[in-house]
Formats: sequence, structure tokens, C-alpha cells
Amino acid sequence: MVKYIGKRLIYMFLTMFLIATATFFLMQTLPGSPIASYNKLNQTQRAIVEKKYGIDKPKPVQYAIYMKNLAKGDLGTSFVFKGKSVNDLLASRVKPSFILGAQAMVFGTIIGILLGMLAALKQNTIWDYGSTFLAILGVSIPSFVFAALLQYWVATQWHLLPVGLWNDGWKSSILPSIALAMGPLALSARFIRTEMIEVLGSDYITLAKAKGANGFEIAFKHALRNALIPLVTVLGPVAAGIVTGSLVVEQIFAIPGIGEQFVSSIMTNDFATIMGTTLFFSALLIIIIFIVDLLYGIIDPRIRLSGGKG
Amino acid sequence: MKTNKWLLLVALSLVLSLVLAACGNKDKDDDKAATPDKEDDKATEQPTEEAGEPDAEQVVNLIESAAIPSVDSAIVEDAVGFNVLNNVNEGLYRLNLENIAEPAMAAEEAEVSEDGLTYTFKLRDAKWSDGTPVTAHDFVFAWQRAIDPATGSPYGPFMMSGVIKNATAISEEKMEKSELGVVAEDDKTLVVTLERPVPYFLSLMSFGTFYPQKEEFVTSKGDAYATNSDNLLYNGPFILTEWDGTGDSWVYKKNEHYWDAENVKLETINVDVVKDSATAVKLYNDGKKDRAGVSGDLALQYGTHEEARNESDTAVFYFKFNQERNGEKTPLANVNIRKALAKAFEKEDLADVVLANGSTAANFLVPRDFAYDESGTDFRDISGDHLVYNAEEAKEYWAKGLEELGLTELELEILGGDTDLSKKMNEYFKAQLEGNLEGLTIKLKEVPFAVRLELDGNQDYDIQVSGWGPDFQDPISFMDLFVTDGTNNLMSFSNKEYDELIEATKDELALDPVARYEAFAKAEKILLEDEAAIAPIYQRGLIQLQKPYFKGLGVHPFGADYSYKWAYISGKE
Repeated sequence: MVKYIGKRLIYMFLTMFLIATATFFLMQTLPGSPIASYNKLNQTQRAIVEKKYGIDKPKPVQYAIYMKNLAKGDLGTSFVFKGKSVNDLLASRVKPSFILGAQAMVFGTIIGILLGMLAALKQNTIWDYGSTFLAILGVSIPSFVFAALLQYWVATQWHLLPVGLWNDGWKSSILPSIALAMGPLALSARFIRTEMIEVLGSDYITLAKAKGANGFEIAFKHALRNALIPLVTVLGPVAAGIVTGSLVVEQIFAIPGIGEQFVSSIMTNDFATIMGTTLFFSALLIIIIFIVDLLYGIIDPRIRLSGGKG
Repeated sequence: MKTNKWLLLVALSLVLSLVLAACGNKDKDDDKAATPDKEDDKATEQPTEEAGEPDAEQVVNLIESAAIPSVDSAIVEDAVGFNVLNNVNEGLYRLNLENIAEPAMAAEEAEVSEDGLTYTFKLRDAKWSDGTPVTAHDFVFAWQRAIDPATGSPYGPFMMSGVIKNATAISEEKMEKSELGVVAEDDKTLVVTLERPVPYFLSLMSFGTFYPQKEEFVTSKGDAYATNSDNLLYNGPFILTEWDGTGDSWVYKKNEHYWDAENVKLETINVDVVKDSATAVKLYNDGKKDRAGVSGDLALQYGTHEEARNESDTAVFYFKFNQERNGEKTPLANVNIRKALAKAFEKEDLADVVLANGSTAANFLVPRDFAYDESGTDFRDISGDHLVYNAEEAKEYWAKGLEELGLTELELEILGGDTDLSKKMNEYFKAQLEGNLEGLTIKLKEVPFAVRLELDGNQDYDIQVSGWGPDFQDPISFMDLFVTDGTNNLMSFSNKEYDELIEATKDELALDPVARYEAFAKAEKILLEDEAAIAPIYQRGLIQLQKPYFKGLGVHPFGADYSYKWAYISGKE
């Protein structure tokens, strides 16, 4: 187990290193300059401003400097937010994104699991079709469309929750969380339904029934646990979906989060912030995937993490 | 089979509901379109504000389109930053509600030497928000800091070069910053020496880059200066609070130390960043915000809203005709081809129907409602219309041009933006130009803003949809763009007479306002009518929704966008 975790950690660092390198060089192909009023200066003045920001140096030198600072945990200074470190920038914006992401993930998967179970247990009834319908909606409609619909109906028409902004406590987080949760909800509902139907038809469920276990016990204790395994596999991609969804959803609800900042940093060629947010999102996903892998072992003891002879 | 039918039904009802929803919206639009005349008047006319008694509660809720990158006057280079600066700090002059610069930190009008090179300002007794006096030394310190190459400011060199003595040399590291032409004779007297006479110098004094900074405060804060609202000092109508340096919300509070505090009515201004225009409008309709900008398709929908106001903007958009690409002459080097293209598209329809956001057709480079002569006459009324749409003339020029080039057909590329609105506009150009000019094929190249700037920088395009918004109130901010080798020319246009006229306005005509404006008018005619170096398209308009109880907002067509100093709430329930 320890050996496995150690090996995984080394791979994780390697992945981060490759992502940092690829992002750094890809970013250089972005057209334009981080200095917004670049075209207002003459050649000499431009050169001086570029020197001040360190973007006059050859790319490999810039890369070496960046990686050295990164190793120390320093993400550099933002080009747009003058004099402010990217670390501070991310820290001040991580909370709303985290709340939204976590709520969407928890809400989405739990409701999704329940819907999936319902569909499997009441196969080919109105319940099954209803949850299938919801799942199709969730998969096929992107989160930003849900965001706009929720905004229109729940906020503008019914005045139940705020239209946007982050100043109304927990109420501000509900609509964006729901918009983000639709994807995970749909995905897990579909997965659970398929797995449950398969598991419910297996011998040991018949045996449990024969032994007189009640329906509730069979569903939650025996069937669900086995149906959860494939769902755990998709939690990684689901988390990725929430992160990418947050890029647009945060903008629509005017939430001061990291996703929103990521979009604007690309628009303004804020190199340091692009790097910082990319690395932040990558690290987050890599860690989630790692945790998911560890979860396997807990849910299904048949999967041995240490591999080999063990 | 049973499942399939169900799915089909579900899918159909889903599609149907979307279609119906779309119809619902369209019906609403049609209603509005049914009475265009009456509604149009409302949209183009500014709602007249009736002054009213200010309410007891003076709180307004506003929206910004982006976060504040910086509030350090030496470093600010963006619209939001300059807007904040204008409301929390103050320069020697301030733009009033009529957009005329009037003395602010300066106690009275400046004393100008006969040669127009020396300006002497007497400062009023004003205080910083920590209670200490604002002195002439604060201006000297701030200006030197802005031009100092070590600061790395783009706007310092941009605003000061060629204006303040030695500024260019200092920005190029050829002189010490202490040699900048600004001296504090005593605590209350500031003497500024210019490179050459600058007729619009006083209007520059209201611009953020020229605001004062208290040396002791700035140096004691070091790198932390201006990184959040606690690390700033204010001498304007408001102070900034609850700004953490990178956040999407902040609050302005009335500055009790401000010299004119008795005329400032608003107590609190709550600002949130909302980037999505649709969300901004929803917040406005919900009463959460008192003002919201509408853009794109929303403008079409809300242009006739009774609370919509058309705010004149001074950005002008035009075609740039590139005469030399990859070291070779393009067909656009032929003046008849350029004239043909410039006259071959209907601009009124473009502004009213395609853009429909308050923009107006432009037959000029220097915008309307922007620059005035001494008697207050708009420069547009001094210099006439040029390159007005005329399909017949365009066809004649086209035939002549093709003959001179020995061609029968021509393919040209239009480089334009990739937003929804830009794409609609580009399609319109293609249809109009190809329709009016036989043998012309237009290839559209639609790219994001940054890509367009880069292609512009490399002079890698045929025709480009480009634009310019001025930073200060003088025709020169537009006319200077197209002198030979100007940093924004980038299309190999060169006309000796044009260059000489522009040079004269900076030199021998600088102190003769009448002759200077005539020279600009003449130069504009050369640029447009004679040369068709560029083809004006439209002057941008902006549509804003504003609650009727929010009054007295200062809207400026150049420099900082808004002044809250005179704004107040009256009649809000």
C-alpha cells in the first residue's frame, strides 16, 4: 500500500511537471501581449516595459526561471493585477469555487444515485422513464444553459433565489450549484441504473431474497455497494466536468471564483495567472483521481492496490 | 419498443418546448417593432432628468464589467482603473457634467506663459483622507514616478511623451527622472514646463496619470502600495473600501476630508463585477442594480426600453486599407480601388439595423460630440462629411481602378472580429461590397481581438475593421494615428502634405486655435476624401439602462468614464 502510494505520488509530480511545461510553451503561442496599451508606446519604451516584466528574455530562460519559482511554490506575479502574486489571487478566489464544486459534486451524485436506484428497482415504469428523461436532459444540455434557465425561472420570474452575485450567503450558491450538478446527476443516474439492473439479476441477490432479506436491505446493502464501483470510476471525469462547467457558470452568476478568473486571464494574456490557474485545476484533478483510486480498494476489497503477488 | 416510443415522445416534447420558448421571446420583440417611430425617438433621445430633492438614504448599486487591476495612478492602464481613480482621487482639473475640465486641486485657472510652454498652478487647501494637506510636491512625486522606466508604466510615457519637457528622454532611459519639466516652487505652487505648446494640456490635467501621490505614504507602503483599499490614500469625493486587490466587489464611501464634500450627496456606492451582459440586465430588472449596460443582441431588445439611455461614445471604427503586404504592393495601393471600396457600402443601415446599439454612421475620423473650438462649435461642423456612400461613384472608381491595375476581377480579404456582432457586420460588408463592385470577391477572416492586433502589428491583412477610442479631448488623438511611420499606421500610408499639416498643428499653429482646427479639417479631407487611406464606418454608441431615481451621473466620452461626485438618489421608494 505504502509502496503504491509512493509510486503514485511520483507519477503525480511527473504529470504536473509535464502539464506545467506544455502549458508554458503553448501559452507563448497566444497572440498578443499582456501589456494592454502596448500599441501606445514607441519601440524603446516597449523594450523597457518588456524588460521590467521579464518578457524580453529568451523563452527557455523564462521557462527555467518560472520552473525554479514554481518549485518553491511561487506562481509569480500577475501581469494584469499589478504587483499582486498569483498565489494571493487564487487564495482570495478559491472559496466560492470550492463551495460550488463540492455542493455540485455531492448533490449531483447523491440525487443521481437515488434516481438511478429508483429507475432500476421500478424498471419500465413511469419512475424509470422519468429518471431517464432527467438523465437525458442532464447529459445533453450544457450547464450554462441550465444556468440561464434557472436564472430566468427561479430568480427572475419566481423571485425565490438571487439572480447572481456572491453576497447573499448560502442562497447565492444554490442556483449555480444546481446548474453544475446536472451533469454529474445525469451521469451517475445512468451508471447506477445499468449496474443495479445487472446486480439485481445476479445469483447472490436471489439468494438474499430466498433467505428472506427485505427489499430495502437488498437494495442498499447488497446491490448498491456493488453497483457503486463503476460509478467511482467516473468520479474523476465528473470532477473535471464540474471544473470546466464552472468556467462559464461562474461568469453567468457573477461569482468571484477561479473559473471566472481563468477565462479572463486568457483573454488578457495574463501569462502568470493562466499558468497558475491551469496548474491549480490540474493539481485538483490529479488529487481527485488519486483519491478515487484509493476508494476502489475500500469499496471493493477484490481490487488490490499493491498489485503483483501481494 | 415501448421504451423507444417513450423516448421519442420525450424528445419531441423537449424540442417543442424549446421552439415555443423561442417563439415567446420573438413575439415580444415584434410587439416593440410594431411601433418603431415612437419608440425610436425614446431610444435616441436622452431621457431628461428632472432634478428632485435627494432622498434620506443615498446608496446606489452599480456594476463594473471587470475587476480593478490597479489603483496606482502611475500604473493604471485600463478603463475600470481610470474610472475608480476619477472617483477616489483628483487631479489639478476635473471634468464637470458638461465634460469641460475645471479647476479641482488647482484653486483657480492656471497661469499660462505667453509662449504656451509654462503653466503655473496655485493649489487649493485640500486634504488627503488621512488629514494631511495635498501639496505641489505630491504632484511632482507622482509624475516622476509615472515616467520613471523603473515603474514600468505604459501610460506614463504614453501621456507625457512630447508633452512634458524631457518626458520622452526619461522614458527611454536617457535622462534622470528629476529632470522632468515639473517643479514644486513651494507647497502650493506647481510649475509645469512643456516640450512644445499643447493646446489641450488643461484637459489632460483631469486624466488619472496626472494625479498626485503622497511620497511619504507610497514609500512607507513599499510593494504593498495600492494593493488593497487600506494601502491607498484618497483626495477625491469618495474613498475605496472593501477592495482586497483582486476581488470582484468593492464599495465607495463618501470622503469627509474632500474639499468639496458638501456637494457630494451619495454616501455609499456598492459595486460588483458582472461580465455577462444578460445577467447584468437581470440584476437590473430585479432591482438589485441601478444601472446596467446592454450590448449585442440585448441592445436590440432593450434599445426601446423606457429606462434605456443612449450614451454617446467617442470610439470610431473604420476600414484600414493595407497598401503593402509581405513587402509587396497590394491592389489597395491604388487610390481608385480604395475610393471605390470606401463608398460602396451603406452605413446608415449598418448602424441602425445591423448594429442597432446606438451607433451612428460615420463619414469622418474625428468623432461627433468630442472636440470643440473656442466658441463651442463641434469640430464636425467645421470639417464636413467625407466618403459618403454613393454606389454610382463607387462603380466608376472601381472600373477605373481595375483598368489601371489591368484586372477584371479582384479578391480581397477583410480582417474582422469574431464576436457575434462583428460576424454579422462582416457578412454585411461582404454582401454590400460584392453587390456594388462587380468582379470583387471578399474573403472574410474573423479572429479574436488579440490575434487581430498581432496581424495588424505585422501588417498582415488587406482590409481591416479597426477602431480607436481617444484618451484626451483633441482631434490630434485621432489625426496622429496616420502620419507616416506612426505607431498605429501599419498600412504603409504616407502623404507628405498630411504629415506637414499634423506637424504644423503641434508647432507653429499650436497657439492659433482657429488655424489649427482648419489644418485638422484640411488633413482630414486629405486622409479621407483625397486619399481614402481609411474608410470610416461608424461611431460607437452604448445603451445603458438606468433607474429614473438615480440622477446626476457624470458620463464622460473620453478619459475616465463616469463621475459619481454629483450623483444622487431622488424618489426611490
